[in-house]
Amino acid sequence: MTQEKHTISLMVENIPGVLSRIAGLFSGRGFNIESICAAPTMDRLVTRITITTRGDESIMEQINKQLNKLVNIIKVQDLTETDFVEREMALVKVKAEPGNRAEILRLVDIFRCKVVDVSPTHYTIEVTGTAEKLGALLELLKMVGVKEIARTGSIAMAREKK
Amino acid sequence: MKLTGAQIVMEVLKEEGVDTVFGITGGAAIELYDTLARSDIRHIMVRHEQGAVHAADGYARAKKDVGVCLVTSGPGATNTVSGIASAYMDSIPLVVFTAQVPTHLIGNDAFQEVDIVGITRPCTKHNYLVRSIDDLARTVKEAFYIARSGRPGPVLVDIPKDISQTTTDYKPLPRPSLNSYNPRYKPNMKQLKWALTLIKEAKKPAIFAGGGVILSGASRELATFARRLKAPVTASLMGLGAFPASDELWLGMLGMHGTYRANMSVQSCDLLIGIGVRFDDRVTGKLGTFAPHAKIIHIDIDPTSIRKNIPVTVPIVGDCKLSLAELNRLLDKEAFTIDSKSSKAWLDQIEEWKNTIRLSYDQKDTIKPQYVVQKLYELTEGKAIITTEVGQNQMWAAQYYHFDQPNCFITSGGLGCMGFGFPAAIGAQVACPDKVVVDIAGDGSIQMNIQELATAMQYKLPVKIVILNNRYLGMVRQWQELFYDRRYASTDIEQAPDFVKLAESYGGVGMRATRPEEVEPVLKEGLGTPNLVVMDFLVEREEDVYPMVPAGAPITDMLLVN
Ligand SMILES: Cc1ncc(C[n+]2csc(CCOP(=O)(O)OP(=O)(O)O)c2C)c(N)n1
Ligand SMILES: [Mg+2]
Repeated sequence: MTQEKHTISLMVENIPGVLSRIAGLFSGRGFNIESICAAPTMDRLVTRITITTRGDESIMEQINKQLNKLVNIIKVQDLTETDFVEREMALVKVKAEPGNRAEILRLVDIFRCKVVDVSPTHYTIEVTGTAEKLGALLELLKMVGVKEIARTGSIAMAREKK
Repeated sequence: MKLTGAQIVMEVLKEEGVDTVFGITGGAAIELYDTLARSDIRHIMVRHEQGAVHAADGYARAKKDVGVCLVTSGPGATNTVSGIASAYMDSIPLVVFTAQVPTHLIGNDAFQEVDIVGITRPCTKHNYLVRSIDDLARTVKEAFYIARSGRPGPVLVDIPKDISQTTTDYKPLPRPSLNSYNPRYKPNMKQLKWALTLIKEAKKPAIFAGGGVILSGASRELATFARRLKAPVTASLMGLGAFPASDELWLGMLGMHGTYRANMSVQSCDLLIGIGVRFDDRVTGKLGTFAPHAKIIHIDIDPTSIRKNIPVTVPIVGDCKLSLAELNRLLDKEAFTIDSKSSKAWLDQIEEWKNTIRLSYDQKDTIKPQYVVQKLYELTEGKAIITTEVGQNQMWAAQYYHFDQPNCFITSGGLGCMGFGFPAAIGAQVACPDKVVVDIAGDGSIQMNIQELATAMQYKLPVKIVILNNRYLGMVRQWQELFYDRRYASTDIEQAPDFVKLAESYGGVGMRATRPEEVEPVLKEGLGTPNLVVMDFLVEREEDVYPMVPAGAPITDMLLVN
């Protein structure tokens, strides 16, 4: 059985408790959440939640149906079945010593990210991209010395038909 | 019209046709109770909140309507949880009102505060904390709508004390419509036609009916359908009564304690039509070996039930009644006829299985529990409403009381919650005052909600309790006997009250039978007594329920000896 990664986009009512209903559904039924990201949409009554998860076909079918069954969920879309864009953002605080500052800035340039905070000993880098891009940058930064990191988890959206 | 929150709740209850509420009051519920007492709605005051919810469950099933409870905050609310979980597993429509501490105290660990919405989130169909008086009427309306529509289930509404006391303008609201909740009743025609193709090809069809048939009121359509196909019918525990047990196509119950012929039929059929079932593990046994030769048509209103446990050839999402009616119409339209030769061969084979191994027991010197149930069936002419506790008593009730009508067998199927039967019988008796209502009980389970004897007395509910008293937590003892070398760890419950005196101490009637020849006279007299009656039958201690399929085995692996 293949445990493929899926990105699910949910439109839910923007009321208290919805996130915990979703989290409870996943934990109670033994599904896993790799990342979850929630924020209001243009319609302040509606929140968009992006979840990345893994599962074979039958698990994904259940996840889909079970989410649909929650009363506060307006729409469930497994984006993996369509063409979609996915982005994640991370803030990475790295050690910046005189010997490696140039190397860090070179990586920032190559990966098209930004240094958003500078101190005598550290840089904080803001990076946006796919999970793969973030992973690749982090691997390289690890060699320099990562102090801490904050990731948003994926947000995603289906592409318009061309 | 200016009304208090409590008055608004009562108004909506009336609009929803509620005439009975089960519950117990408390500090946070005092305003709601004060208003309830001054309304036309009848209140049944129970002695434990779990009893209130099971009673509402029994009421809902016997009356085919929503059951309603009202309890206080904190411990009142937490005591409802087992009852709610049972109703959730069995898809029974309930609305449970819990009072909550005043809004300004929520989150402060106030006296008798619990986050009951958080606690019951995974065992309710939906739940609400009412945060503003302006939301109250709409929320209660929605609660009823959600509880009774689609796949029914319990809905909890948590009402802070201050909201029950605040006044606001009230005008009745129309039936709610929710853009995020839209149960689908009408089956897809393409799927139905596909099902029809399989039905035409089948030489050995079998029907497996569940609680969904009863919930959707589809018994008549099911009978037409089965007779039309000459397809034998089995059922889950929850489906008993969906198809008449006196019909020649009836196979008996399926699964762990199913009949030999039902299990054999499902394992040999070439088409299995599951209707309002969820293919629970107690029915399927080892999943990969279930119905190995069959294509499967699965009709259920809840899409998550379909393909959750077993692969399905034709999924049909829709209401059982509508789907069966459509299938019957299609069969008529196409002037469907069965192939009489293959049909006869199939039914002959089933007849042979039926004669190979029947449900049986040997009534010798000590009373056999099966004998008590069989006599009860004969004396009530199969017309009683039967509730059960959980364990061996429940299985013997399912095997030896035969149901020709739906809504007459009321049991905690999915949760298997000991202590269910008696309060459920109270609820059923409230719903159907003219019916004989009998709780077939175990000596262990009955002690889990025995306090409700006071409730039955208070409201003059002539419920009959038949205790199959084996002085054991019998079902667990049976597993210990079969799978743990007879090491009876913590299942001997010899230490017990004298049930006869106990009944009398509450003001009811207590009777006892210790010998087989006393069974019939005790039952006769007990059933004929217009009062609460506890009948204590001292039965064979180590009697087992057979057939039995060990958990996780294929359902043809039946232990048959007794
Ligand atoms: C609330 C609850 N606790 C524990 C169990 C586990 N359990 C299942 S059957 C059973 C024994 C029931 O004993 P009794 O009511 O005497 O019924 P019998 O099997 O003897 O007929 C137990 C303890 C349960 N189902 N429910
Ligand atoms: Mg017992």
